[in-house]
Amino acid sequence: MKAIIIGGGPAGLYCGLLLKKADPTREISILERNPPDATYGWGVVFSERTLSGFQEADYQTYKQITDRFVLWDAIDVHYRGEIVRCGGQAFAGVARKALLNILQRRCDELGVALRFGVDVSDPAAFADADIIIAADGVNSTVRQSHARAFKPQLEPGEARYIWYGTNKTLDAVTFIIRANEHGLFQVHAYPFDGFTSTFIVECGDATWRRAGLDQADEAASIAYCEDLFSGELGGASLLSNNSRWINFITVRNARWSHRNVVLLGDAAHTAHFSIGSGTKLAMEDAIALAEAFQRHRDIKRAVHHYELGRRPAVEALQHAAAESRTYFESLKRYIHLEPVQFAFHLLTRSGRISYSALRLRDSSFVDTVDRWFAHANGAAGPASRVLVAPPPMLTGLPLRGLMLRNRIALACVSTAASSNGLPTDVHHHQLALRAESGPGLVLTEPAAVSQDARITPGCAGMYEDAHQTAWAGIVASIHANSTALVGVVLGHAGRRGATRPRWEGLDRPLRNGAWPLLSASPLPYTPQSQVPREMDRANMQGVRSAHVRAAEMAREAGFDVLVLHAAHGYLLASFISPLTNLRTDAYGGSLQNRMRFPLEVLDAVRAVWPQDRPICVMLSATDWALHGIDLEESAAAASMMKDHGADLVYVLAGQTTLDARPTYGRAFLSALSDRVRNEARVATMTGGHLTTTDEVNSILAAGRADLCVMELPELDDGSSAAVR
Amino acid sequence: MRIGVGLPGGVPGARGSLLIDWAARADAGPFASLGALDRLVYDSYDPLTALAAAAAVTKRVTLVSMVITAPMRNTALLAKAAASIDALSGGRLVLGLAIGARHEDYDVAGVDHRTRGRRFAEQLVELRALWEDERLGPRPARVGGPLLLVGGLNDEAFARAARYADGYVHAGGPPRAFARAVEKARAAWIDAGRPGRPKLWGQGYFALGNGAAESGAAYLRDYYAFTGPFAERIAEELLTTPQAVAQFVRGYQDAGCDDLVLLPTVPDLAQVDRLADIIG
Repeated sequence: MKAIIIGGGPAGLYCGLLLKKADPTREISILERNPPDATYGWGVVFSERTLSGFQEADYQTYKQITDRFVLWDAIDVHYRGEIVRCGGQAFAGVARKALLNILQRRCDELGVALRFGVDVSDPAAFADADIIIAADGVNSTVRQSHARAFKPQLEPGEARYIWYGTNKTLDAVTFIIRANEHGLFQVHAYPFDGFTSTFIVECGDATWRRAGLDQADEAASIAYCEDLFSGELGGASLLSNNSRWINFITVRNARWSHRNVVLLGDAAHTAHFSIGSGTKLAMEDAIALAEAFQRHRDIKRAVHHYELGRRPAVEALQHAAAESRTYFESLKRYIHLEPVQFAFHLLTRSGRISYSALRLRDSSFVDTVDRWFAHANGAAGPASRVLVAPPPMLTGLPLRGLMLRNRIALACVSTAASSNGLPTDVHHHQLALRAESGPGLVLTEPAAVSQDARITPGCAGMYEDAHQTAWAGIVASIHANSTALVGVVLGHAGRRGATRPRWEGLDRPLRNGAWPLLSASPLPYTPQSQVPREMDRANMQGVRSAHVRAAEMAREAGFDVLVLHAAHGYLLASFISPLTNLRTDAYGGSLQNRMRFPLEVLDAVRAVWPQDRPICVMLSATDWALHGIDLEESAAAASMMKDHGADLVYVLAGQTTLDARPTYGRAFLSALSDRVRNEARVATMTGGHLTTTDEVNSILAAGRADLCVMELPELDDGSSAAVR
Repeated sequence: MRIGVGLPGGVPGARGSLLIDWAARADAGPFASLGALDRLVYDSYDPLTALAAAAAVTKRVTLVSMVITAPMRNTALLAKAAASIDALSGGRLVLGLAIGARHEDYDVAGVDHRTRGRRFAEQLVELRALWEDERLGPRPARVGGPLLLVGGLNDEAFARAARYADGYVHAGGPPRAFARAVEKARAAWIDAGRPGRPKLWGQGYFALGNGAAESGAAYLRDYYAFTGPFAERIAEELLTTPQAVAQFVRGYQDAGCDDLVLLPTVPDLAQVDRLADIIG
C-alpha cells in the first residue's frame, strides 16, 4: 500500500508510524508545510485514560511521552479572590514541541518518509497513492478541495481567545475568572513541563473591543493580560508564539472520506479547548485508522470502518465541548454564585461528570459542597459552620413561611377519574402513594378552575363545594400520614379543552358533549380542534374570578402550595407566547402586554392565598418552535412572576403549538431551569424525567434548580389499569 | 418480557410456502408475536399481505409490523387494510409505523419523501378517526383500533409516540442503545401528560447453526448497505449463538422492553426451531 499523509502534526505523524509499524512493506510519506522544528502552540494535555490507549498502540511513543510528561491531579478555580480545588482528575501534560520530536523520531526509526517545506496545493498530484490521509488541520486545504463531498460545517464561537504560554509553574488545570471595567475574562491554563504552562485567555466579543484588544499589537495584548492577571502570574511573563486573538471554529463534516481521501484530526472535527484536547482526538483517530487498515485490505471498507468506529466518540466529545463552550460564553450569568457552587457548576458544566462521579474523584471536595449547600440554605446560624451535612437533595427548602423537608417533588398524572371534577379515591390513592414515599412535596394532577376549564371530561376540578370537601378530606389524610407538603395544580385548559381522555392520545376533540373554548386568540390547537373564542374583558374577568374562587377553595381545603398552570399552551400560556397571542389590544404584542393577563390572575390569586403559603407558577421557558418564546423572554417573564408574588417557577417547555420540536436529552429541562434561575434570580423547580438521586444532587449542587420533580418507575400505583 | 420472531419475508429467496409454514411453526412454538418488515425496493414481501397470510394459519401470536413506512401509503387504504387484518385475526394486530429512511422507496411509490414527517403526524390522527368511522369497515376488534406504535430515533419520533400512539418501537441495536431510546420515550410520554406507560417494543437479528452466521451477515450488509458505515456494525451485532441470544434478551429485559422480536436473516425453517429451543 502506498499512503500519502498531508500534514506533519500529531495526527499525521502518529498515523504514519502506526501504519508503517503494522506493515513495513507499506510506502508511507508525510508531507508537512513547515520546517521540522517550527511549531505553534505550547502544551498538550491528556487524561490518564487517553495515555493508556497510546500504551497499547505503540509502546515506544508512550514511553517517551511518559518520560517527559508532568502529572497532576487537580482542577483549581480562581474566583472572587478564592481558590477552590477539586482533586482526583488525573492529567498529563507534555510540550507540543517535545511530542512532535518524539513522533518525528519514531517515524524516522520506522522508515516513514518525512518531507518538510512541502506545500500541497493540488492533491491530484498524488493520483498514484492508494490512500491520501488529510491530517492538515482545522483549515485543511484537502478538505476544502473536496468540500462538495465532505460537506464541512464550520461554526465559529462568539468569544475571542488567545493562546499564550507562561513561565509560571502551575500544579493544576487552572480556571481564572476575572472581571474588570471592560467585562469578564477567563483563563484556561495547565502545566506541561516543569517550567512552562499553557495560558489561554478568553473573553466575549464586546469585552474584547471595549478593552481595545481588537486594535492592540502583540506586545500590547501581552501587557494587558499580564496586568489583568498579575495576581495569579506573580511576576511571571506571558509568552507569545505568533499568538493572535481568534474565534474558536467547531468543525464537523458530513463524511470523513471520499474515494481514497480520508480526513484525520482537526481536518475532520474540532472540539472547544475548554474540555479537551484536539491532539488527543487526533491521535485516537490515528490509532483507529491504523486498526481499520489491519482489519480490511479494501481501502473503502477500511475507511468506512474507521469512521464508523470514531464518529460516536468524537460526536459525544463535540457535544460536551459545545456545552462547555456555551457555558464559558454565558459566564456572566453565573458570577453571582458563591465560590463553592460556582466551582461545582463549572466542573459539571458539560453534563458528563455528575455529583457522584466527583465524589469518587475527591470526596472531601464534595463534602465541602454539601456543607456549603446546607449552610447556604439555612441549616445553621450565620456564625457557625455546618460540619455534618446531608447531600443537597435532603436539605430543607424554606418557601415563604413553610419548610419542605427535602428537595424532591412527586407529581400525579391525569387519571381522568373524575365526574364533573369530583376527586375520588383514585386521586387520594395516587397522592398518598407518592406522599408516603418520602418527598418534600407532592402535586395533584391539574385541577380545573371551572367546568369549562377542564381538559377532558374526566379532569379533576376545584369549582364546586363538593370538590372542596373532597379535597379537604384527601389533604387532611395526607398531612396525617406523611410529612410531605401538598400542592394543588390549578389551571384552565384554554384551547386544549374539551378533549378525549388522554389514554386515547393527546388533544383529540370530543365527538359529543364538547363545551366552548376560550383562548388569547382564535387559533385552534389542531386542524381538527374547535376554534376557541378570542377572550374579551368579560371572559377575562370570568377566568380570573374562577381562579380566585378555586384558590379560596384550595386554601380552605388545606393545601400548602398553590401551583398556577401557565405552561404547555393552556389558557394562561396562550397569552404568554407570541405564537398563540395575536392580540392587538393591551394584552398582546410586547412581552409586557402578553404577561398582563397572567399577572392579573397571579395578583388576584396571591391576594386570597395566605401570606405564609407559597405560590408556584408553571412556565414554558421555550416553545421549541420558530418565532416562539425564547429563553431571554422567559427569564424576564419569570422575573415578573416573582415580582408579583411567585415564590417558585416550575420550568417546563413546549406544547404551545403542535409543531414544537422538542429535545429529549438527559436532564433536558434542567438546562432551561438553570438559565431561568440564574438570570431571573428566582427559585425554580425542574423535572424532565429525573430518575436518579445523582441527577438530582448534581442539579441542586450546581444551582440549576431548587426543587426536582422525579419520576420513579417503581411507583406503580396501577393508575393506568384503574383508568381503563 | 415477551419474545417474538420475525417472518422471513424480508430475506431474499424466501418462498411463499416458507412464510406460511414459518407462521404456523411460530404459532405452535413459544413465541408471543410474529413480525414483518416493510421495504418496497428490495426483494421482500409486503408486510400487510404477509401478516394477513399469517393470520389465516395462526391462532395465538400477535401480528406486528416492524415497521410500516406509513407516509408512503394512502392513509385510508392503510387504515382499511389494518382493520381487515385485525378482524381476520381476531384482534391480534399491532401496527408499528415510522417514516422510513429510504428515499428510494418513496420515489418508486411516487410519494414525495421530503414532507414525510408532517404527513406522518397527520396520518396518525387520520388513522384513529378512520377506525372509528362507521362508514368504513371492518370494525377493529379493539375499541379505537389496533395497538399503534411509533418508531424512529429522532426526538420528533418520541414526541409523536407520546402524542398519538400506544407505545414506541425501536429499530434494533445493543441493549444500551435500546435503553437510551426508552429513556427518551418515557420522558416524552410523561412530559406530554399521558397516563400509564408507553408500550416498548424492540428488535434484533439472529442466525443460528452452522454456516448461518456468514450468510446472515451478508444479508444484513446488503439490506443495510444504504446506511453506509453502519451496515458493518449491524452485521457485527448479529446474534449467532445461544449465549449471544440469551445475553441480548436479558439486556433488553433489564432495559424495560415489553416485547422483543427477533428477526431472521436466513430463509430456512430450521431457524425457527433453533430459536424456539433457546427461548422455550
